[in-house]
Amino acid sequence: MRPFAYEQAGDSSAALRMTANRGASAQYLAGGTNLLDLMKIGVAKPVALVDIGPLRADHASISVDADGLHLGALVRMAEAAEHPDVLRDYPVIAQSLQLAASQQLRNMATLGGNVLQRTRCNYFRDPSWHACNKRDPGTGCAAMDGVNRRLAVLGTSAHCIAHYPGDFANALAALGAEVTLLSPEGTTRRILFEELHRLPGDTPHQETNLHPGELILGFHVPAGPWTRRSLYLKIRDRESYDFAQASAAVALAVVDGTIQQARIGLGGVATKPWRSHAAEAVLQGQRLDEALAHAAAEAAFRDAVTHGENAFKPELGRRTLMRALLQAATMEIQPNA
Amino acid sequence: MATDIMLTVNGGQHRLAVDVRTTLLDALRERLDLTGSKKGCDLGQCGACTVLMDGRRVLSCLTLAVAAQGAEVTTIEGLAGEHDPLHPMQQAFLEQDAYQCGYCTPGQIISAIACVKEGHANSADEIREYMSGNLCRCAAYPKIVAAVQQAKPLMKGR
Repeated sequence: MRPFAYEQAGDSSAALRMTANRGASAQYLAGGTNLLDLMKIGVAKPVALVDIGPLRADHASISVDADGLHLGALVRMAEAAEHPDVLRDYPVIAQSLQLAASQQLRNMATLGGNVLQRTRCNYFRDPSWHACNKRDPGTGCAAMDGVNRRLAVLGTSAHCIAHYPGDFANALAALGAEVTLLSPEGTTRRILFEELHRLPGDTPHQETNLHPGELILGFHVPAGPWTRRSLYLKIRDRESYDFAQASAAVALAVVDGTIQQARIGLGGVATKPWRSHAAEAVLQGQRLDEALAHAAAEAAFRDAVTHGENAFKPELGRRTLMRALLQAATMEIQPNA
Repeated sequence: MATDIMLTVNGGQHRLAVDVRTTLLDALRERLDLTGSKKGCDLGQCGACTVLMDGRRVLSCLTLAVAAQGAEVTTIEGLAGEHDPLHPMQQAFLEQDAYQCGYCTPGQIISAIACVKEGHANSADEIREYMSGNLCRCAAYPKIVAAVQQAKPLMKGR
């Protein structure tokens, strides 16, 4: 691991100031579960780490009110996964966290850091490979014709097919969540979570729309009649402690058997946290049956592009979404308050 | 690059000068001679380095020692004094023969204690799910599950 300076920030303004002083290659350290890993393997090379652990005092609350679910950026994954209000009113959020990583990692990793986790593309994670446009812009992409079984089929470009590996972020995208950001100037802005991450295009090294030094403070998931009838279905190579090969975040508002609103996110198949507006449109106003679920799944993967080893992913993704929809439709829930 | 830190480990306080790159795992093993916590993958994938921080099970290989200050760290060495009876989870691992080579065992035992205390040991399936962050290359998994089930009722009040 390369040498770096370490500072601990007592509060958010100290964090902004320390990062600004250290320049562009300073990074915030929260749980560290992805960042220290990437530093050890020589992919991340920050000159300074600003430890924002003490910001838990101000940014680690979980609350549910009429407005929705509010999650502080420093909430640990395990805390949100097991919170009774989240489990009852936003099961898709709780499940997306509970099905990710291991309990040790969930005890460390924060929600703000979790959404920013980097791809698990082998070529990105192994600097002995020269070609990786995400790691070293302009060097090419070894994954296109390489080991790409895990990689994306949606949102890809000619420059990068690296997948976004997380789960929680797909649930946030599906539910139309917002993220609150604190700028180095001390002002806050709220953007749609769906707009936090960028498509790779011809700049796959630019993964988010965060400004330099900007800090995630928290998330707001708007309330809606679909949040209780929601679930996260994750399909993995092994039963537990693995990244998704395909996953679906589904939330349905159903009245008298008719879908009033649907919210759909997909994981393990796309280059960024993915919401499928196309699949939602197919479902709206319809009665759910297997044929309709199939039509929604077709719509979700209509634009899929495969690269050899990952040719199985559109079909796996479609089946995952279909099963998630049919399970959500028959879930036993209490009506939304 | 050395920086002075204070770690609280198994109830004792330790003042150390460390390179800021030092992980909690390396500080425990190389500086405090607490070699029970094992370095398996060193990338947060195997669980052999699992310790408790303020009662939560975490991976010491992905924790900077400098960032572990202020927390109560518990390692396998802190579960029972030299002349005390073993912790019920240690005893259960012995009696169930829940290992072959033993390399993952300290991490398994620390993780298993937390698994019980979290309330995630209510069935064999739940134990398997919540112990999945601890890999055992000898595949002693069935006996590990049995050990957790044996120790659970004996941990009441601990």
